[in-house]
Amino acid sequence: MSAFPLSAFFVFVFSPSYLSSWSGNVRNDLLAGLVVALALIPEAIAFSIIAGVDPKVGLYASFCIAVITSIFGGRPGMISAATGAMALLMVTLVKDHGLQYLLAATLLTGVFQLIAGALKIGDIMRFVSKSVMTGFVNALAILIFMAQLPEFKGAGWMMYAMLAGSLAIIYLLPRLTKAVPSPLVAIIVMTALAVGLNLDVRRVGDLGALPDSLPYFLWPQVPLNFDTLSIILPYSAGLAMVGLLESWMTAQIVDDMTDTPSDKNRESTGQGLGNIVAGLFGGMAGCAMIGQSVINVKSGGRCRLSTLTAGVVLLLLIVAGNHWVKQIPMPALVAVMIMVSIGTFSWASFRNMKLHPKSSSIVMLSTVIVVVATHNLAIGVGVGALLSGIFFARKVAQVLRVTSGLDAAAECRTYTVTGQVFYASAEAFVKEFNFKEVLAKVRVDITHAHLWDLTAVSALDKVVLKFRREGTEVELIGMNEASATLVDKLGIHDKPDALERLLAH
Amino acid sequence: MSHILSCTDGSAYAPGIYQHSAWAARQLGTGVKVVHVLDAHRERSHGTDLTGTIGFDASAELTEELVKFEESQARIARLKGKAILDDARTQLSAAGVTDIEVLQLHGSFVETLMALEPAAELIVIGKRGNQAAAAKGHLGGQFERVLRTSVRPVLATSRIFNPVTKFLVAYDGGPSITKALDYLIASPLLKGVPCHILRAGKIDDTAKWYLEEAAQKLRTAGYEVTSEATPGSAEDVISAAIASQQASLLVMGAYGHSPIRQFILGSTTTTMVRTVRVPVLMFR
Repeated sequence: MSAFPLSAFFVFVFSPSYLSSWSGNVRNDLLAGLVVALALIPEAIAFSIIAGVDPKVGLYASFCIAVITSIFGGRPGMISAATGAMALLMVTLVKDHGLQYLLAATLLTGVFQLIAGALKIGDIMRFVSKSVMTGFVNALAILIFMAQLPEFKGAGWMMYAMLAGSLAIIYLLPRLTKAVPSPLVAIIVMTALAVGLNLDVRRVGDLGALPDSLPYFLWPQVPLNFDTLSIILPYSAGLAMVGLLESWMTAQIVDDMTDTPSDKNRESTGQGLGNIVAGLFGGMAGCAMIGQSVINVKSGGRCRLSTLTAGVVLLLLIVAGNHWVKQIPMPALVAVMIMVSIGTFSWASFRNMKLHPKSSSIVMLSTVIVVVATHNLAIGVGVGALLSGIFFARKVAQVLRVTSGLDAAAECRTYTVTGQVFYASAEAFVKEFNFKEVLAKVRVDITHAHLWDLTAVSALDKVVLKFRREGTEVELIGMNEASATLVDKLGIHDKPDALERLLAH
Repeated sequence: MSHILSCTDGSAYAPGIYQHSAWAARQLGTGVKVVHVLDAHRERSHGTDLTGTIGFDASAELTEELVKFEESQARIARLKGKAILDDARTQLSAAGVTDIEVLQLHGSFVETLMALEPAAELIVIGKRGNQAAAAKGHLGGQFERVLRTSVRPVLATSRIFNPVTKFLVAYDGGPSITKALDYLIASPLLKGVPCHILRAGKIDDTAKWYLEEAAQKLRTAGYEVTSEATPGSAEDVISAAIASQQASLLVMGAYGHSPIRQFILGSTTTTMVRTVRVPVLMFR
């Protein structure tokens, strides 16, 4: 754990801002944590089912990750636990190799995330555009919704009736009172009905083991060799990436909602430690949850205490109320998950599709489609980021104008280039020159142009060579000014006026 | 030009702060910059919505709701702050200060202060602020954090300003009090005011020798100095000396120990500032 030296930890923990990130909002944090814990139960169970493991794996994970990220994370008030995005990535690993390999993969995921935290790669989030983020949350919502569909397979009318009843309670009860969590009421009412009337619906107890004790230390029972590594490595890499992406995005959303800053690199470290602990205590990999974090903020949670409370209460409820949790009917859980998926989805993005530029909508939709097709959020974000990069390049490539004037007496034409010359505009740049014209001399003034890369330089080369081949003398003006942009770092430190000079011409 | 940074929140301590600032400005021949920080306390929430449900466009809707709520609160706070600063200007000009600058900033108080203080000559803050005004005998919540982070001398003012006719130096031999002595020697802030320097705790020959050396230094700088070495706990000895010497200002070093140790043992600095009824000039 050299990525997280002890001294740094103490400086961090005893800094006044850290202490106030625990104690700034005690009463509301405790209440919000309680509400979130109740909403976490169905989610943790549902995501365990998606991954194909016993509910206790998801519940232990949720406890470990929530508690550890509350202490070490970089975004106070954000909720992290077992999540659907992660569960979807581990399905085949569990199916082919079993639970122990999942635990080992979880451990390795944590290690990768710790490294990411130490390397401070949280800054790459600025390359993920708003449209990609919208696509990400929409895809996530769709995935959560789709994961509920198997519950309907072969289900009788009872399933639909109870689902409708639960949804009605969840959405209508808040109109009467804001003092009790309506998903909890829905679960209690449906459980009472199912037990009291002895209804024939699937219960949580039918899905596998629930926790009956606190989690205990358990080194994953896998052979420590290269074969194991080659099995878990691809899964861990994907899990680490998706976990960080969703955590950073959730952190961004919480930042925006509460108008307070977060530390993305510290969050990577927190997620990493959370997953390491989860892997060692029999839990699956997890990350931050958008829906739960919104519920937390809505319920008044702002500080670290809310996340800690959520994790601790979740475990206490499950261990103490194990007998009752087993009796929860599945339709009630499905209803809660549908609520979460509806709340996560950005419905405004549909309305905005007409208003926003087409390229933004294409980026958003491609992200959604790729994710839904691959069930892998990392691939979707990669495609989205690539597309937005390309669209941006295309747009900036339009910022190029070449004007010219002829001095007939001297048989000399002066081309004046203004704007951005780079790989996306190089071809258009070359086309602006008329090589058919017979001239004695050509002057190319690029003082007010920027050559951004080698493609631009070779395009300019091509222009010069072509003219020379026709026997035309070529004079280049302003090469120094135009090529200042060629260097990777636009030397701002050693030459304080470098940026001004760039912007000026 | 350097100035006195006078931090106000319009609490009962505000008039005291302005008068002390005006006095310090006269002594030092500088202007006064009054700063009022609008801390929205984003780490606190107000909601009691425990429904646990999220509807369509949950995060966008919630953001909108929170912005609307905080917007109205912030507008009131801004107007209140403006009134506080207008009042500060009036009170300071009445006290004879001509070079007055007022400043209203968003952010957390301590962080804002940290950004402003390197340019200041002296920081003047009230012992208690708005949130602690009711609880007598307690220090303001921000007070300790300001002292801990401050690199400039901090004058913690009492509610009522009394002309400084005599000041007491609590000498403990530590590095912060040495800094205080250097300041007293170099700065015109307390020049011409009689001084009483005392040492509490365990008194032996070495302690006495150092105390005399410090007293001599002040004498050389032109102060009229009496000295005293009394065994006993610092709190008791200093309080007693303030009463017997009728001192109207206390000079001392601040927070010699780490926050961890203090958390367990408590701090003399905090106790002193809390118990004495005179303004305290502190150095770190």
